[in-house]
Amino acid sequence: MSDRFVIETSDLRKQYDGVEALRGLTMQVPAGSIYGFLGRNGAGKTTTIKVLLGMAHPTSGSARVFGTPADLPAASVDIRRRVGFVSDEKDLFDYMTVDEMIRFTAAFFPRWRADLEQRYRRTFELPADRKVKALSRGTRTKLALLLALCRGAELLILDEPTSGLDPAMTEEVLQALVAHVASEEMTVFFSSHQISEVDQIADQVAIVDRGRAVVTGALDDLRERYRRIQFVFERDAPEATFRAAGAGRVRRKGRVLTVLASHGADDIVEEARALNPVSVDIAPVTLKEIFLETVVGED
Amino acid sequence: MLLRPNPSSGVPIYLQLMEQVKHSIETGALRPGEQLPGIRPLAEELVINPNTVAKAYRELEHEGVIELRHGAGAFVSANARAKKTTDKLRAGQALVTAAVDRLRARGVTDEEIRRLFEAALALTKTGVHGE
Repeated sequence: MSDRFVIETSDLRKQYDGVEALRGLTMQVPAGSIYGFLGRNGAGKTTTIKVLLGMAHPTSGSARVFGTPADLPAASVDIRRRVGFVSDEKDLFDYMTVDEMIRFTAAFFPRWRADLEQRYRRTFELPADRKVKALSRGTRTKLALLLALCRGAELLILDEPTSGLDPAMTEEVLQALVAHVASEEMTVFFSSHQISEVDQIADQVAIVDRGRAVVTGALDDLRERYRRIQFVFERDAPEATFRAAGAGRVRRKGRVLTVLASHGADDIVEEARALNPVSVDIAPVTLKEIFLETVVGED
Repeated sequence: MLLRPNPSSGVPIYLQLMEQVKHSIETGALRPGEQLPGIRPLAEELVINPNTVAKAYRELEHEGVIELRHGAGAFVSANARAKKTTDKLRAGQALVTAAVDRLRARGVTDEEIRRLFEAALALTKTGVHGE
């Protein structure tokens, strides 16, 4: 398959005991991107990651990593060698010290980056002799991140990397990710339910809801296309449906009609001229608003 | 010199960066021929995606505002086209500033002013279509 996409899924489905965790998830992760995989708890984020790592088999549809199907046993070994993964639980051995944990992990990876290890030991201020079980949540995350970043991986998959961290720690982790991508030419795929951090460092995004990617694309592209258009009328707003392709949810309240446009706001304004609004107001839409409109609203 | 963009404003981050660079040139904070920060250091400093910085630089180059010299980095453009654009924009800015001042004097908020401008742009565009 193409080198342009490090991860490609198509109509991916996964059932657990009759429960549909993934219901036709399609996305493409371009090489070199920081891809934010945004969704509420239970939307299917962790299931997707398990499928990508070959830890769960899709019921139907396909998931490819580096162009090979993730569920081929032979491919799975190769994929795991080229992927750094940090799980939500930050799997570490509690009885080891930080130093032991690093040396233990390094032994498994021939391409271990000793230079990066030194750098991240310093920037993360990791206490070498402290037992892993005595680490704070933030330090634990930073250690897990160091282990993933130093193994010379081409793709980093992070499941909720900043969950439970305070804002300062979150910023440190985001900073490390941006710096790493800038200097190492790798791809980062991270799941999150924190809109603000996706907003800050991602250049590509998928909003996942109930096992499906409901919005995907370049984040700046979405910011450019999405608009909230508000029409005010002399009397009660008319019942209106719009033919324009980008017209999304329409809300009427008193004399005000609001339309969410995923693109082509101009076409919608033109269409609405026939209704004779007394004023028109167009405002940018934030990722948070897009998220709330597409995720919570879809019933 | 460049400030952190606001990711949650709904305005694309690369556009915010472009505006900042242009503004710095207009105010003289950046002079023709002067070097801009590299993509990586700037991404790290602002904690934003390096691809976003690269996109802003590409677009600025396309507009003739900066020059990307292979391997050497990004420099503020010294050519006439950029200056002409700057002059045109500066004249436009004077008009807009005057309009904004008058609107503010009437108690219209900045947010409302921004929306009015965007709506006016969309309306005149569709007006052309309609007639």
